[in-house]
Amino acid sequence: MSDHSADHFSEHIRRYLYVFYALLFGTLITVGASYIRFGNHAVNIGVALFIAICKATLVACYFMHLISERKMIYFIMAFTAFFFAGLMFLTLWSFGDPPWNTVTH
Amino acid sequence: MEIPYTVEARPDTGLYNAKAGIWLFLASEVMLFGALFSTYILLRVGAAEGFWPHGWLNIPIGTVNTLVLITSSITTVMAWASLKMNQFSKFKFYHACTICLALTFVGIKSYEYHDKFVHYEIILKDGKIADGHLVSKTADKVTISGHYVEDRKELFDLKAPGATHHEHKEITISRADIKKMENYGPWHNTYLAIYFTLTGLHALHVIGGAIVIGFLWGPGAKLWKTDPERFTNRIEISGLFWHFVDLVWIFLFPVLYLL
Repeated sequence: MSDHSADHFSEHIRRYLYVFYALLFGTLITVGASYIRFGNHAVNIGVALFIAICKATLVACYFMHLISERKMIYFIMAFTAFFFAGLMFLTLWSFGDPPWNTVTH
Repeated sequence: MEIPYTVEARPDTGLYNAKAGIWLFLASEVMLFGALFSTYILLRVGAAEGFWPHGWLNIPIGTVNTLVLITSSITTVMAWASLKMNQFSKFKFYHACTICLALTFVGIKSYEYHDKFVHYEIILKDGKIADGHLVSKTADKVTISGHYVEDRKELFDLKAPGATHHEHKEITISRADIKKMENYGPWHNTYLAIYFTLTGLHALHVIGGAIVIGFLWGPGAKLWKTDPERFTNRIEISGLFWHFVDLVWIFLFPVLYLL
């Protein structure tokens, strides 16, 4: 491969390293935040999931190159996101019918 | 017969076939883990007040394992970038690191599993409960390093502000006094059932990924000499799978260890 290609990839490598440092930092922040009591446990859950989503986005966008992919892959991911969201909504809807509210005779 | 579109992009998708294939596979994996995550949510929300465990897993060990997996992700992407820059020896180095890190992850996970399998809850006939790690077991007595509790609820939320921190000491119990004795395996409660299911499935993915990466590092690397672009694509595909495995762990770690 050409020198141009090497230059091009050295720029990519710098970006991968920044992402790597961000992931390490994110992990430490997640652990640190878990020791802080925000008053409501739901806030702790929200903070941890927010950091996890940020870290997952970095991995998907940069390590998996989703930031500059072909339309076909975005199309597959859009379908996946739709069905994944549906699965989670089904879970949320089920909270309206918890077992302890079920009448059994 | 030659397999088509292993290097050049297929006109209709704009991708070489393996890449379209791995993304479709990863889509199915998202749904598989998604189903298990939704199971976790249902079990957790449905658990009786005070009976969902907190603080049962070792956070420093889980953090180290997370850092190990993140580091393996950067070595994977560096291995691929090395091939793109025509630096085969660097590729060998980075992927050797990936394999070592994968083995480290599995080793640490095995240690954590072992810790759970030697951890026992022993309900005595007088109603007291002994909890701790097994020291020795004979036909007529059991010795654990642990403590007694009066109420089983004390064993659940170890991170609660008012949680009692018991001194661990060696306790020897006669078999005749034991009503029930059970280790912290997946059968112990729903938390451990979903913990072992999620982390076990994830560990299988780590092992599977490590085998593929190991093959491409070893005998599979011969392809580099005859068809370097195709080999580089194979590394990209295995890398995509590996990053997905890392991505799943990014959610598993806080959900199971911290929350």
